[in-house]
Amino acid sequence: MTPFTYERATSPEAAIRAVAGTPGAKFIAGGTNLLDLMKFQIERPTHLVDVRGLPLATIEDTPDGGLRIGALVTNTALAAHPRVKRDYGVVSRAIVAGATGQLRNKASVGGNLLQRNRCPYFYNVHTPCNKRVPGSGCSAIGGASRSLAVVGTSEACIAQNPGDMAVALMVLDAAVETMNAAGNTRSIPLAEFFRLPGETPEIEFALEPGELITAVTLPPPPAGTHHYHKVRDRASYAFAIVSVAAVLDEDGTGRVAFGSVAPRPWRVAEAEAALPEGPAAVVASAFDGAKPTHENAFKIPLAERTLALVIAEGKG
Amino acid sequence: MKFATPAGENPIDRLSVVGRPVPRIDGPRKVTGTARYAYERHDAVSNPAYGWIVGASIGRGRVVSIDTAAAQAAPGVLAVLSTLDFAPLAPGFRTTVHLFGGAQVQHYGQAIALVVADTFEEASAAAHLLTVEYEVAPGRYDLAAEAATAEPVADRDAPDYPVVDRIGDFEAAFAAAPVTVDQHYTTPDQTHAMMEPHATTAAWRDGKVTIWTSAQIVAWHRPDLAKWLGVTEGDVRLEAPFIGGGFGAKLIAQCDAPLAALGARAVGRPVKVTLQRPLVINNTTRRAGTHQHIRLGATRDGRLTAIGHVSLNGNLPGAFAEAAIAPTRLFYAAPNRYLTMKLAALDLAEGNDMRAPGEAPGLMALEIAMDELAEKLGMDPVALRIVNDTQVDPREPDRPFSERHFVECLRTGAERFGWDRRNPTPGAQSDGKWLIGMGMAGGFRLNLLLPSAARVRLEVDGGLTVETDMTDIGTGSYTILAQTAAEMMGVPLAAVTVRLGDSAYPVSAGSGGQFGANNATSGLYAACVKLREAVAARLGIDAADAEFRDGRVLSGDRSVALAEAVREGPLVAEDGITYGDLDEQFVQATFAAQFAEVAVDGFTGEMRVRRMLAVIDSGRVINPTTARSQVIGGMTMGVGAALMETLAVDVRHGTFITNDLGFYEVPVHGDIPHQEVVFLDYPDNKSSPMKAKGIGEIGLCGVAAAIANAVYNATGVRVRDYPITLDKHLAGLPRVA
Ligand SMILES: Cc1cc2nc3c(=O)[nH]c(=O)nc-3n(C[C@H](O)[C@H](O)[C@H](O)COP(=O)(O)OP(=O)(O)OC[C@H]3O[C@@H](n4cnc5c(N)ncnc54)[C@H](O)[C@@H]3O)c2cc1C
Ligand code: SF4
Repeated sequence: MTPFTYERATSPEAAIRAVAGTPGAKFIAGGTNLLDLMKFQIERPTHLVDVRGLPLATIEDTPDGGLRIGALVTNTALAAHPRVKRDYGVVSRAIVAGATGQLRNKASVGGNLLQRNRCPYFYNVHTPCNKRVPGSGCSAIGGASRSLAVVGTSEACIAQNPGDMAVALMVLDAAVETMNAAGNTRSIPLAEFFRLPGETPEIEFALEPGELITAVTLPPPPAGTHHYHKVRDRASYAFAIVSVAAVLDEDGTGRVAFGSVAPRPWRVAEAEAALPEGPAAVVASAFDGAKPTHENAFKIPLAERTLALVIAEGKG
Repeated sequence: MKFATPAGENPIDRLSVVGRPVPRIDGPRKVTGTARYAYERHDAVSNPAYGWIVGASIGRGRVVSIDTAAAQAAPGVLAVLSTLDFAPLAPGFRTTVHLFGGAQVQHYGQAIALVVADTFEEASAAAHLLTVEYEVAPGRYDLAAEAATAEPVADRDAPDYPVVDRIGDFEAAFAAAPVTVDQHYTTPDQTHAMMEPHATTAAWRDGKVTIWTSAQIVAWHRPDLAKWLGVTEGDVRLEAPFIGGGFGAKLIAQCDAPLAALGARAVGRPVKVTLQRPLVINNTTRRAGTHQHIRLGATRDGRLTAIGHVSLNGNLPGAFAEAAIAPTRLFYAAPNRYLTMKLAALDLAEGNDMRAPGEAPGLMALEIAMDELAEKLGMDPVALRIVNDTQVDPREPDRPFSERHFVECLRTGAERFGWDRRNPTPGAQSDGKWLIGMGMAGGFRLNLLLPSAARVRLEVDGGLTVETDMTDIGTGSYTILAQTAAEMMGVPLAAVTVRLGDSAYPVSAGSGGQFGANNATSGLYAACVKLREAVAARLGIDAADAEFRDGRVLSGDRSVALAEAVREGPLVAEDGITYGDLDEQFVQATFAAQFAEVAVDGFTGEMRVRRMLAVIDSGRVINPTTARSQVIGGMTMGVGAALMETLAVDVRHGTFITNDLGFYEVPVHGDIPHQEVVFLDYPDNKSSPMKAKGIGEIGLCGVAAAIANAVYNATGVRVRDYPITLDKHLAGLPRVA
């Protein structure tokens, strides 16, 4: 860790001012991702603004029948919330499939969306990595890439978004509410929140410097059964190799997104439209243009088989 | 005491304390946090400084310069030790690596600097301020690419075997065999993944140093440390009372110990150092991966006529080969045999001992091959192993096994597990979406005899104090030593105090190679025999016919309280066990039959172990509770070996890139089902007066293959490349939807 200063924010505005006004400053919520990255010196903030004291930890019904989830709601609280369990089961299932009870108790909704990737080279500061040191090269291409992305990648970076919750939020058309340094708020559709790497893999999110996530909003729940299936190498406490979040209607239509296969939760409208034709058609469309490595090409057939499993579950 | 002839009846045979399921006596200290580990010795040293080790970030070459100025000027920094300012520490016992000093980089992660600061954070922050210039040399990091350069090599731990070990005419017998298996298998590099990383606290006083470290074998560390520090062995006090696991990683000193001591000397203050997990993985030792070629030839009724086993692996120049052929030498009968090991040079962290070295990876291959042979023969895999049992060393038919009850392990296991319910047709059993399979494998591991000594003192209050440099690496040594002393002296367990892991105590076998329990308790047995003689002498009783029971000494019609003997002061006895040639006259080994039931998700290929059973033949069981813990720990490690553990090498950088416990997955609770363990409990009177044998490694042996065979039975897809991850059989699974 490099030395840093620390303050507890007393209001969202003050927090944003502190981060926007201090070069190298960052928010910290649960710290479960940021502190690990700091210990490896991958992140080296000069100043930390702790947002945990802010009043952003409630879950409220919205007038349209949706839900507004404060950015500081813990992963545990969100997964256990009665309305989430009843109407947005895919979210509860995705969250409890991730990390461990201890981590979920600490992790916040905002921090979860902003968790960084799990490419092994990103973590080894002695190997080139465009995400860590822009322009240094990508060690994963031609290296250990079994866990990495197969679609949506670029020549510059093939890291996957490893999160679970975000995949579920993606099928629900969630949006991220933020406030910026000027005090303006905006709502960013989740589909636009995660950036593809292109030539700038170090830019991962559609946030301005100092922009604070205040909430995640969910529209009214879609009809259908909710599914989250996470495939991994051990029974728990492991990131997904492939995950599938889906809301399936009785008539065979529905929504589907794939996790750990792309730099962001991967939801493709045309692919989703092919759901009635079955998993092969969906995956062919969703992974059109995929560029897997020899180590992770299996993720595409695995995605198809996992979707088949989810559809079979949906039929009960 | 020299143990040169088979043990007759002795006080241990009473089994009033020994053989009982006594909970571990160090348990309360562990769960209350009062058992202090090497990095926590704040009770022993005040105000320690913190050392942070910097590892080389190249795989091979030289350090040209290290600019330490910025680090030296950083807050809290007390000293920066650069490898360029030290002569290379000569390689220690059982290793070819110099842990520090000099410009040469033998492998990625080799220690090149130690930053010492007031706090841990200051040391780690300053460590990142070093500027290191390297001269990179081309390295050899890819075993497959180096295979052609490999040379046949002797077995470090069994040098008497010919390098190319031939019996009969393997080629002719294999060619003539009506049923054959000819396959290649690979096992990956593995890390020990013990919970406690290597750690040391060191403090100097008047030219002498005390080193609190995480060492499995104290006496294997101390001479090297003295040499590296330029002091006499007597000037080094080493203490290792508690160790958070080792699995072979801590048999020999790693860089934390010399660097803590060198750092402490440099700053004139105690220093503590631990290795961060990426350094444990790239700086210390690994279990070396293997490429194994196995050929089996058999008659139609399943008798093996030919066994060929060639194992290739890679290691640093001059380092040893993983003896994957070791179990094949002795496990099954077959008149024609061809066994050899080949070693290629690889510039990776040194391959060295890890739990059941040789046997564990060897059986991962051999026991799949046996399953494949059974299938080709249309024979039950249990029956195949029974048919090929041998009661003698296949090389030297005049050399029998001391005790070998492998067939009983197999029969008992098959019965307990419900093996008759296995469907021999692979891919034919399902339960909803799950494909179900059963598999089994044999396990074999040598029993090793090493000298071991102890001191035992009868205190004036009637208590007994045991002292030996034996270690308890989480295994139960404290408990079984207390049981042994209590049994020998006829006192309750609670009267015994055990002190371990201190170089001031008599030298024991230490913990490793599953030789700890049998040898250390036998050394204590010897000391207790001496103490009994001293007690008898004081009481004027003939030791030969004295019985020690219930705190009394009985002889003829005399019955005297033990305490009488120490009325005028405590009695101390020290002795050790040494061995004759009973391990040459007889093969001494331990055996297992491992069974597993596995479910494979028919959609995703994910594997879950549903049931496991091990039937173990390892001599007398000194404590069924701690012995069972050893076996279920081994079985758990076997699940990891079968399904997930692998150190992925980046062959461009020469580094293990899966270098922490997030990337290197080991089983979690959810992966481990109910594990049943059965001990046959046949005392072996040729192994020691305890009649016990090793237990710490046999539990692992054969497990991975049993799981591999169960996965095959479930799916019909044979994977010969460990670990069996879902991507390796996905394409062969039945199509879905
Ligand atoms: C061992 C381990 C296993 C894990 N396994 C999984 C898993 O299986 N699946 C999974 O999905 N995740 C997993 N995770 C990741 C975990 O979900 C995240 O670490 C966690 O959700 C992050 O939340 P946090 O509040 O702790 O974020 P922090 O670590 O506090 O912050 C993360 C980032 O978000 C920023 N930030 C935080 N809050 C805000 C805000 N309100 N506005 C703007 N920026 C903000 C911080 O500046 C930082 O950059 C695992 C983590 C660990 C350590
Ligand atoms: S894939 Fe991305 S994160 Fe990984 S090394 Fe390449 S640039 Fe870095």
